[in-house]
Amino acid sequence: MKIGYVGAFRSPWFGLLLGTVLSLSVQAKRIELLNVSYDPTREFYLEFNKAFATYWKDKTGDDVVVNQSHGGSGKQARAILDGLSADVATLGLAYDVNILAEKGKLLSADWQKRLPDNSAPYTSAIVLLVRKGNPKGIKDFDDLARPNVSVITPNPKTSGGARWNFLAAWGFALKKWGGDAHKAQEFVTAIYKNTPVLDTGARGATITFVERGVGDVLISWENEALEVLHGKEKDQFQLVVPSTTILAEPPVAWLDKNTKSHGTEVVAKAYLEFLYTVKGQEIIAGNFYRPRNPEVATKFSGQFAPTQFFTVDELFGGWNKAHKTFFAEGGVFDDVLRNGR
Amino acid sequence: MSQRNRSGLPGFHLTLGYTLLYLGIIVIIPVGGLFVRAAQSPFQELWRLAMNDKAIAAYQLTFGCSLIAASINAVVGTWIAWVLSRYEFPGRRIADALIDFPFALPTAVAGLTLAKLFDPHGWLGSALAALGIQVVLTAKGIILALTFVGLPFVVRALQPVIEQLELEAEEAAASLGAHRGYTFRRVIAPALFPAILTGFAMAFARAVGEYGSVIFVAGNKPYVSQIAPALIVSYLENFEYDGAIAVALVLLILSMLLLLSVNLLERWSSRFLR
Repeated sequence: MKIGYVGAFRSPWFGLLLGTVLSLSVQAKRIELLNVSYDPTREFYLEFNKAFATYWKDKTGDDVVVNQSHGGSGKQARAILDGLSADVATLGLAYDVNILAEKGKLLSADWQKRLPDNSAPYTSAIVLLVRKGNPKGIKDFDDLARPNVSVITPNPKTSGGARWNFLAAWGFALKKWGGDAHKAQEFVTAIYKNTPVLDTGARGATITFVERGVGDVLISWENEALEVLHGKEKDQFQLVVPSTTILAEPPVAWLDKNTKSHGTEVVAKAYLEFLYTVKGQEIIAGNFYRPRNPEVATKFSGQFAPTQFFTVDELFGGWNKAHKTFFAEGGVFDDVLRNGR
Repeated sequence: MSQRNRSGLPGFHLTLGYTLLYLGIIVIIPVGGLFVRAAQSPFQELWRLAMNDKAIAAYQLTFGCSLIAASINAVVGTWIAWVLSRYEFPGRRIADALIDFPFALPTAVAGLTLAKLFDPHGWLGSALAALGIQVVLTAKGIILALTFVGLPFVVRALQPVIEQLELEAEEAAASLGAHRGYTFRRVIAPALFPAILTGFAMAFARAVGEYGSVIFVAGNKPYVSQIAPALIVSYLENFEYDGAIAVALVLLILSMLLLLSVNLLERWSSRFLR
């Protein structure tokens, strides 16, 4: 017995096994990244992650598996603060990443300057999706305030997309009535009076409108609306692009504290930088987000309707200010709901 | 007190000790923790967060819908319990087993099923829409979900009581000239009342705390269709931990008061109605 035991270590099989194990561990390092994102980026990142894995394998020989998590943007930010150990956060709006910097100290406060275009490699518009034939005759944001229209939009307290929706309508009103905030509040109150439901995320609202059949119009991310219009229910809906709308800029950031403890600093940064490459931008445009790269934008210009854009910085003085004014406890949004009940 | 424990089984002190330890860990410490956490925040802040108009609208909706749902269950549940205990019919055992279904079904599944059924595209929803009735996203949807999850409580509280009712008492009443209605009022109902009350209280308490099934069928719109447990979640999602604690505390205190008053009522009824 004793001889046999020692003999096992001398057998060629053992050498082979040991060799395989060692060479495997040297050759193909398997890296895992967790990308915590907001609601409607599921399909986009699924495709992008595959492309990045190929790119990274070619470049370094390492296998990288990117795990995805999706939900309302604010909800996702809270999950990260509560301990969800994300390497990168690709959220719906800059405020939710600011929270991670301020409350969680997960990255530096000047994170938006680390990558081009304010760390927003793709943009989107806020648009309207209506049922086929547009039975309620909806042409612009004005029409959402009419009393017989039922409007679907998620809850701005939990959803990033919903905040863009709210500010899109508010900005539209400001432009229409020469900057009259009082008028804008009246207008937005009338819209929210028309909402039968406030879902927690943009995807939930899309499901309410598309699958559950509730409401006459969905205020939506452009990419989400185009996704529906290219899906199996495409014949039941049509797109209405408002005359003026907000330029939604969903930001991306790696979280230094987490990448440091996972040892993923290099790959996390490369992952986000890959979003800015032509390949990355083409996947972005292919998933109906508006790309930043001018050449890619020209190539895909046919799928995006022209409209007038304003930004959060122009009209609302940035996200931190907008959040405090509108969406914090006791803010304007609470008044809008109270007066619109 | 030196009264000896007359129980045939030994180990009174040991089992009592474990009972108290268990209750402490499972019930008292978590509930106490809520009070401790609340004590760390300024009272005025808690009061403002728990008693603003948004929270009060949520309490009204939660307790109103729960009251209606529990009342429906008290009536229908008594009826079902009576039928299941008093009559023999084919399929009785299957019907009996079905009563526990809302217990066993995960509440999210219940919510999803109800939503699918009553949506404007759904099976019953499309028929009701033609009549101009909308169930989902209104208070009706909330009541529906709460009635569903509360059904077993009244039935299960009543069944053993009905089975133990002595038929002789009813026969005696009849032989003394009481007609059926009178027998029901003076003989059967007083015996059942405490159990109905217990079932009602449990169904009500369950409804007040129900979250999983309601969020699928309610509109979750503050002031209009947001139940109190959903308000807690909404506070949490906005990093308003004080708000969540404050609302939780109000729910806890109201539920305790409710259970207490039902207990008193039960005691009173069993003493005076017999």
